[in-house]
Amino acid sequence: MLRLQGINKYYQVGSHRLHVLRDVDVEVGDGELVAIMGASGSGKSTLLNILGILDGYDSGEYWLDETLVRDLSETQAARYRNRFIGFVFQSFNLLPFKTAVENVALPLYYQGVSRRARNRTAMQYLERVGLAEWAEHRPSEMSGGQKQRVAIARALIAKPKIILADEPTGALDSATSQQIMDLLAEIHASGITVIVVTHEADIAARAQRVIRLRDGQVEAAA
Amino acid sequence: MFSVDRWYEVLSTLARNPLRSFLTALAVAWGIFMLVVLLGMGQGLRNGTESMFADDAANSVWIFGGSTSRPYAGLPVNRRIVFDNEGYAALRRVDGIDKLTGRFFASGGGFGNELQIRVGAKVSSFDVRAVHPEHLYLEKTIIVAGRFLNDQDVAEKRKVTTIGVPVAEFLWGHTNVIGESLAVNGITFTVVGLFTDEGDAGELRKLYIPISTAQLAFNGADRVNMLMFTVGDKGVAETKKLVEEVQAILAERERFDPGDPQATRVRNSLEQYATFQEIFWIIEIFIMFMGACTLVAGIVGVSNIMMIVVKERTKEIGVRKALGATPWTIVSTILQESVFLTAVAGYMGLVAGVALLELLAALLPKSDFFSNPSVDLGVALWATAILVVSGALAGFIPARSAARVSPVVALRDE
Repeated sequence: MLRLQGINKYYQVGSHRLHVLRDVDVEVGDGELVAIMGASGSGKSTLLNILGILDGYDSGEYWLDETLVRDLSETQAARYRNRFIGFVFQSFNLLPFKTAVENVALPLYYQGVSRRARNRTAMQYLERVGLAEWAEHRPSEMSGGQKQRVAIARALIAKPKIILADEPTGALDSATSQQIMDLLAEIHASGITVIVVTHEADIAARAQRVIRLRDGQVEAAA
Repeated sequence: MFSVDRWYEVLSTLARNPLRSFLTALAVAWGIFMLVVLLGMGQGLRNGTESMFADDAANSVWIFGGSTSRPYAGLPVNRRIVFDNEGYAALRRVDGIDKLTGRFFASGGGFGNELQIRVGAKVSSFDVRAVHPEHLYLEKTIIVAGRFLNDQDVAEKRKVTTIGVPVAEFLWGHTNVIGESLAVNGITFTVVGLFTDEGDAGELRKLYIPISTAQLAFNGADRVNMLMFTVGDKGVAETKKLVEEVQAILAERERFDPGDPQATRVRNSLEQYATFQEIFWIIEIFIMFMGACTLVAGIVGVSNIMMIVVKERTKEIGVRKALGATPWTIVSTILQESVFLTAVAGYMGLVAGVALLELLAALLPKSDFFSNPSVDLGVALWATAILVVSGALAGFIPARSAARVSPVVALRDE
């Protein structure tokens, strides 16, 4: 599904050049559930941003579904994100002034799907995450777990190849965390590749494979 | 893109912060309002002053006799200069003079020499102008019934008169007065025509009589107090030359120094008109400048607020980008917001400005300096164009910085 080869990434901090990722090689197969673990500063967020085409890299190759993702224009990157990748964030990143169904429908708006069609589709996905009756509520009226489920519905609606989840349970209590992980596992079971960035061992334990990062290098790919 | 959707996004964004949207709109509305009002006032000023010229032919020259200030050919200073019929005849022969008339002041005085007018028992006094037939063109007199004075009247010293409509209404109470008689200082004249005039009401309270008749009846001998002529389509410089030529002829006849500034007084309306045109041009430029400055202030205001809006929405824009919004989608949405806001607000300002001008036009009395303030369609169209451009301009920089928002930075958790 995706393959990173010899990825290097630098950040310029003042006059200092920070080597954030060092020759990272990662391969994730079709339909895998992979966890990326590492201490803060290990480069896992940077890795996730590169995987999500939110950020570029300095050298190496990133193949996503047989396509080389490199030196993309902003517009191309936006199209790839929209078509290939569904994001789930720690802080949900729902738009506060939109209802749950509008939030879920947003990726389809950028595909040019008509309002009625995308809201209908969004309702199906809300049902799938068990929040159909919350469709007309705004995020501020929901609990953290509910918000994350709305975010997951939003990540799924464009039928992406990969779900990238950045600390999806970081803001949730452990019971809710397990529910969210159940949901992600269910999505994985339906055949979508899921990559979860986490620092919690019990979350990582539910993955088929754990990629550990330390100081910008892959420690062990078991 | 689906425009209905886009409009929904734009409107809901503006509605999220109604006070700010309103204040932004106010800045633009005020700019356009000021621009329209200033331009309208300028137009009013121009209309008013141009109506002053509408009274008389714009290419006319008036020459009055004055008093000499320089000795000439052994003659002393302070000698009164009065033209005569011979002088009039001499100017008749000058090439370049289009229409020519003399004026004789029947009461001997300067302007406003009113004489007693009587019809039956009704007595009043009106200004009586003793002129040649071509005076019709000099004063832009409009005949509404009968005729103006003609050459025969002058040649035969007929006792006929062409009178203003208000004069007829005052003396007879109606305007069906051709053939009626009236007495000027006891001498009976027959009414042959009725006139009106584009100038102010004072121009209508007058009677015209043949200059020859007046000279005979009111002790005028062959005196002509004032000579008036038009110069056709000559320019300012040519007219000046012609005036010098005329003055030389008159100087030779009346024996005064042709360079004596006091011997004659000249009113060259073409020159005056040109001066006014120049002043208007300057005023117009000034008004445009003021209006533009006000408008620029409005644009900067909108730009500023859009900037804040973008800043506030960094996270939102980041989320949208992560979900697949292209930079162009972001830019065009911000631009649309800004253009929409300025266009609506500017239109309101435009309407308010035009309304104020209409109100002023209705309430303010017409004066020589100010009448009928208005903006023409061209200005309105210009303002509309400025609006759209300024809206785009005001949105451009914020939109560009919005498109540059890096999703990584925007989505970083605080």
